Amino acid sequence: MEARSSIEAARAPGGRLDPSRPLVASSPRWGERLIQLSLALCAVISVATTTAIVISLLVPSIGFFGEVSFGDFFSTDDWAPLTADPSFGVLRPVIGTLSVTLWSLMFAIPVGLCSAIYLSEYASPRVRKLVKPILEVLAGVPTVAFGVFAVTFLSPEIGKLFPEFIKTPPFAAGIAGLAVGLLIVPIIASISDDAMKAVPGGLREGAYALGATKLKVATRVVFPAAISGVVASIVLAGSRAVGETMVVLLAAGKTPNLTLDPGASVQTMTAFIGTTATGDVAVGTIAYDTIFAVGALLFVMTFALNIFAIRLVRRFREVYE
Amino acid sequence: MPNPMAERTRLATAGAHAAVVGNLGKQPRGDVWRGNLFLALLLLAVVLALIGLIALIVQSALKGAPAFSMDLFTEGPSIVNPETAGFRPAIIGSLYLIAGVVLLIVPLGVGAAVYLEEYADGDRWWNRLIELNIQNLAAVPSIIYGILGLAFFVRGPLSLGFVVAAGSLTLALLVLPTVILAAREAIRAVPPSIRDGSLALGATQWQTIRRQVLPASIPGIVTGVILAVSRALGEAAPLLLVGAATFVTADQPNPFEGGYSAMPVQIYNYALQAQDEFKALAAAGVVVMLVVLLALNSFAIWLRNRYEQQW
Repeated sequence: MEARSSIEAARAPGGRLDPSRPLVASSPRWGERLIQLSLALCAVISVATTTAIVISLLVPSIGFFGEVSFGDFFSTDDWAPLTADPSFGVLRPVIGTLSVTLWSLMFAIPVGLCSAIYLSEYASPRVRKLVKPILEVLAGVPTVAFGVFAVTFLSPEIGKLFPEFIKTPPFAAGIAGLAVGLLIVPIIASISDDAMKAVPGGLREGAYALGATKLKVATRVVFPAAISGVVASIVLAGSRAVGETMVVLLAAGKTPNLTLDPGASVQTMTAFIGTTATGDVAVGTIAYDTIFAVGALLFVMTFALNIFAIRLVRRFREVYE
Repeated sequence: MPNPMAERTRLATAGAHAAVVGNLGKQPRGDVWRGNLFLALLLLAVVLALIGLIALIVQSALKGAPAFSMDLFTEGPSIVNPETAGFRPAIIGSLYLIAGVVLLIVPLGVGAAVYLEEYADGDRWWNRLIELNIQNLAAVPSIIYGILGLAFFVRGPLSLGFVVAAGSLTLALLVLPTVILAAREAIRAVPPSIRDGSLALGATQWQTIRRQVLPASIPGIVTGVILAVSRALGEAAPLLLVGAATFVTADQPNPFEGGYSAMPVQIYNYALQAQDEFKALAAAGVVVMLVVLLALNSFAIWLRNRYEQQW
C-alpha cells in the first residue's frame, strides 16, 4: 500500500529519468501520518485487550497461589472455597464443565454435521437460502433465552418422560448440555458447511466418474477432504460450550458433583464465577481470588482450543483457495 | 467399403456403452436404499435443529402469555409482587448500555479495520499478531470479559464502580472483534481499481479512504455494527460481574453513578425465582428480547442484500 502513495522516481519532460526531482508529495504530509498512527492505535486496542485480560487474571491468581498450593488446586477434589474451613480442589468444577460440554457435543456434533452435509451436498439452492438464515437466527438468540427454555420447558418435559432421570429437579448436566448443544449447532453447521463448499467440484466429479454413489461422494470424498474445517468447527463449538455461562447458571444447578452422569446437578467453572461474583464475598479475601484462579484456568483451556481451531481453519483455506 | 479402424472404434464404443448401461445404468437396490436412508438421516438432523428454534420461540410465548401487559414496560422489578413487576429499569439500562457500546465500537472498530486492510503490511509479524489476536478474542468466553471489566473498569485503573459506563466499556470490548471482522470484509470487497483511480488523480491515501473506500463499504460496516449491537444486547454473563445484578428501581441511570440493570440480567433474575409467576415474567422478557433482536438482525440482513454492490 505504501508504495502507491509515493512514486520513487520521476521522469523529466523529455521522458528521461530525472533523479533530482522525485515525484513525491511536496510536503511531509504530517496529517496523513497522524491519521495512520491513530488508526494503528485502534488496531492495537485488540492486543491491549488481550494483555489486560491476562493481567486481570494473573495478578489475583498469583496472590491466590501464594496461599493455596498448585498441588491442592489441581489434584484434589475437595471443593468448598466459600466455607469457613475452605478447600480448593478445582477438579469438581472442571469435571462439571467437561460433563456439560460432553453432553452438548453429543447432541450438536451429529445434528450439526448432518445439517452441514445436507446444506452443502444435497439441498437445492432454494432450500439452502431458506435454512441458512434460520440457522443464523438461531445463532443470534441470547443465551439467557436458552437457559430459561431449558429450565421452564426441557427439564419438566424430560422429567415427565423419564421420571427417574433428573436427580435434583430441575437441575441436570444433561439438560444444560442439551440447551448448550442447541446453541452451538449453528457454529458446527455453518463452519463445516463452508469447509465442504470449499472442496473443489473436480473431486466430486472424479468420484462420480468412477461410479461412486452420492452417499459415497458425500461421506468418502467431500467429508474427508473437508476434515480440517470440520474438526475446527467442533473445537470452536467445544470452546464455546466450555465458556457458556447463563445456561449452566440456570439449568445445571450449584452442587459440585464429581460425575459425568447427565442426570446429576453439577457446578461448572463459569457457574462458579457467576454465582460467586454476584454473591456477597468480601473483596480481597482468598475466596474472592478463587474467582480469578478459576477464570485463569478457563481462559487457558479456551485459548488452547481457539488457537488450535484457528490454525486448522487456516489450513483448509490455504489448500483450496 | 467401411474403414476397418472406424468399424473397430464403433464396435468398441458400442461395447463400452453396453457395459456402462449394464453395470451402472441402474444403481443396485442396496445403494438406492442406503442413499435414501442417509438423506432421511440428514433431513432429520436439520428438522431437529429447526424444531429446537421453533420450540424455544413458541414455548416462550406460551409461558409468557399470562404476564403480557403494559406493566412489562412501565413497571419496575419486584421479588414479591409478580402481578405488577416489569422490566422498565432493565429496558432503560439496556438502552444506555447500547448507546455507550455504539459510541465506542464504531470509531474503534472501523479504525482498526481500515488500518488492517489499507495500511498494514500483512507480512510483518506485528500485523499478523494483531490478526491472530482478533480471531482469538472473538472466541474468548464472555464471562472472561466480565473479569476484565471488573479488574480494569470497575476497580483498578479506571475505578468507575458498578456503573453503566463500566458495563458499556466491557460489552464494547466483547463485541469489538465482530465489528472489526465485518468491517474488514466490507472494505476488502471494494475493488483495488477504485483506489488506483483515486490515487492516480492525485488524492492522498487518506482522501482515497475517506471519499472512496469508506462510502462504498458503509452497508457492510453498518450490518456488522447492528449484528454486534444485537450480540451486546443479549449478553448477560459479563454484566453479572460488572454490577448489573441488583434489583434497581431508579428510572434514569447516570452513566457514571449508581446502580443499573439490563434486560438479560433481569430475565435471569426472574428465572431464578421459584414461583411460576416469575418464570412467566422471565419468558415474557425473552419474547420481548427475541422480537427486538429478530427485528435488528432481519434489518441487518435486509440492508446487506439491498445495498450489496456489484462491481
